[in-house]
Amino acid sequence: MVRLYTDDLSIGYGEQLIVKELSVQIPNQKITTIIGPNGCGKSTLLKAITRIIPFQSGAVILDGKSVDKENTKILAKKIAILPQTPESANGLTVGELVSYGRFPYQTGFGRLSKKDYEVIDWALQVTNTSSFKYLPVDSLSGGQRQRVWIAMALAQETEIIFLDEPTTYLDMAHQLEVLELLQRLNQEEQRTIVMVLHDLNQAARFADYIVALKDGQIVKAGPCEEVITKEVLRGVFHIDAEIGIDPRTKKPMCITYNLLKGEK
Amino acid sequence: MGFLHYFCRKDKIMKTSIHFSYKFVIGLILLVTMFCVSMVFGAASTSLQDVWQALFTPLKSDAINILRELRLPREVAAMLVGAALAVSGAIMQGITRNPLADPGLLGLTSGANAALAISLALIPGINYFGITIACFIGAAVGAVMVFGIGSMNKGGFSPLRIVLAGAAVSAFLYAIADGVGIYFNISKDVSMWTAGGLIGTSWSQLQMITPFILIGFIVALLLSRQLTILSLNEEVAVGLGQKTTQTKTILFIVVILLAGASVALVGNMAFVGLMVPHIVRAIVGTDYRLIIPMSVIAGAILMLLADTIGRTINIPYETPVAAIIAIMGLPFFLVIVRKGGRVFQ
Repeated sequence: MVRLYTDDLSIGYGEQLIVKELSVQIPNQKITTIIGPNGCGKSTLLKAITRIIPFQSGAVILDGKSVDKENTKILAKKIAILPQTPESANGLTVGELVSYGRFPYQTGFGRLSKKDYEVIDWALQVTNTSSFKYLPVDSLSGGQRQRVWIAMALAQETEIIFLDEPTTYLDMAHQLEVLELLQRLNQEEQRTIVMVLHDLNQAARFADYIVALKDGQIVKAGPCEEVITKEVLRGVFHIDAEIGIDPRTKKPMCITYNLLKGEK
Repeated sequence: MGFLHYFCRKDKIMKTSIHFSYKFVIGLILLVTMFCVSMVFGAASTSLQDVWQALFTPLKSDAINILRELRLPREVAAMLVGAALAVSGAIMQGITRNPLADPGLLGLTSGANAALAISLALIPGINYFGITIACFIGAAVGAVMVFGIGSMNKGGFSPLRIVLAGAAVSAFLYAIADGVGIYFNISKDVSMWTAGGLIGTSWSQLQMITPFILIGFIVALLLSRQLTILSLNEEVAVGLGQKTTQTKTILFIVVILLAGASVALVGNMAFVGLMVPHIVRAIVGTDYRLIIPMSVIAGAILMLLADTIGRTINIPYETPVAAIIAIMGLPFFLVIVRKGGRVFQ
């Protein structure tokens, strides 16, 4: 049974639709990656599903209920969202920032309970950021900072986590660090993870399920083997790709590629 | 101080050298000291003993009467206005994530000012309650104009663009106030309100204004946790389950109440709302649960200080308190612009 899906979802500003009648199912307890060229509506889709921006028509259904009619605080206990590169953390310490992940569970003046502190410490531990607890977030490196933001999302204790390009601006090692963390969360904690990624090979390597978008519509959605193919990549990115098998992970990978010549 | 107890637990996630409750108590001691200083010094010389007798005994004398009827309401007003402007500045900076936000710089004060002039012109004999309401409406109109113009450009609003819009709108609104004053021949009345500063503040005015300001403080404090999250990033706030539109609307009303009430009490006053939150953040950090109460104290202290300087620097003449504040505030403004919003980091 799929918990989260969209039904003929259209998103846009005014007359211009960015996402058109899109229906997608997010598999439970899997890693789903959304890929597609710039401006294809990946982030827009992510934001609409997580109620950060409104949609024009269609529906987003979570556990049988329409997301835009659900109480936002209850939603915040089910879905966490990490937006694209949150800028500065205003001088907050790591511990403080992560503690805001407990916001949906607090009432009134927001006193943190014993449980809250335990969850915060757990989130810091899992993301390997405990040693920064008292440091200002802004003093950390890019990869460390991203892990801290993920810790905040984890402190929300949601089963579903959305991330919008969690590896942007990170070097290769730090990208892997973040992706492996997400993989571990998926495998050990059975979290459902949905993210937008730019790198096709990373998408193929870490995702169980890939959604390829173009011009606000799904070109192909399915397991990596079905999406990372010559035909799909030609249709989505307008590239001529050579697909092989990653010798270590046995996942499909794009070995080399050229821009397709001629008309689009 | 029961609620201070709450902050003790913050240590588990935030290692600070001095605990917040100590900072709070030190702030209170400074405030009381500053209050005594401002009560003692002035054009008419009084002693600490007179102040004590005026406040805590039913005794009567010339000095005591001056204290009770002139200086005390004035200093109470100074504290209220300083605190109100500081809190409204802190909220504005939080909502807009604009380090240059200040009710005096972003059109609220000038809007209230223009509304005050118009209401004096159109409704002769308007009472103080009417003036206060006019100030609220004016402050709201001024703010909407500034943010409307500031967001017209497609690139969204940058801190400096908003300040430019604020300068333009303020110039326009001050011109309206002046024009109305001249046309209806009430310039003197208008300027008595708008440029009078704290001179002639009476107990009856205070009675009218104080509830608005106190309500503003309470609501601000209740929403301070929401404000911290909002000040981080709006998308994060939504993701954490905050009703951002509702939160921003309520906070906007609080800002209007505080800024409008301040104008009704003392007229124009820029820079308090700009300076105080930055100073306070350097002391207590970026959590608005601490920034709001500390801004109340620091704003009150700053205003008492400015008023005392204004009353004593050139006895028997008064130096306008707005001018004193502006002399402190302008360099501060320039530093914030230069450092891109981080004054003390």
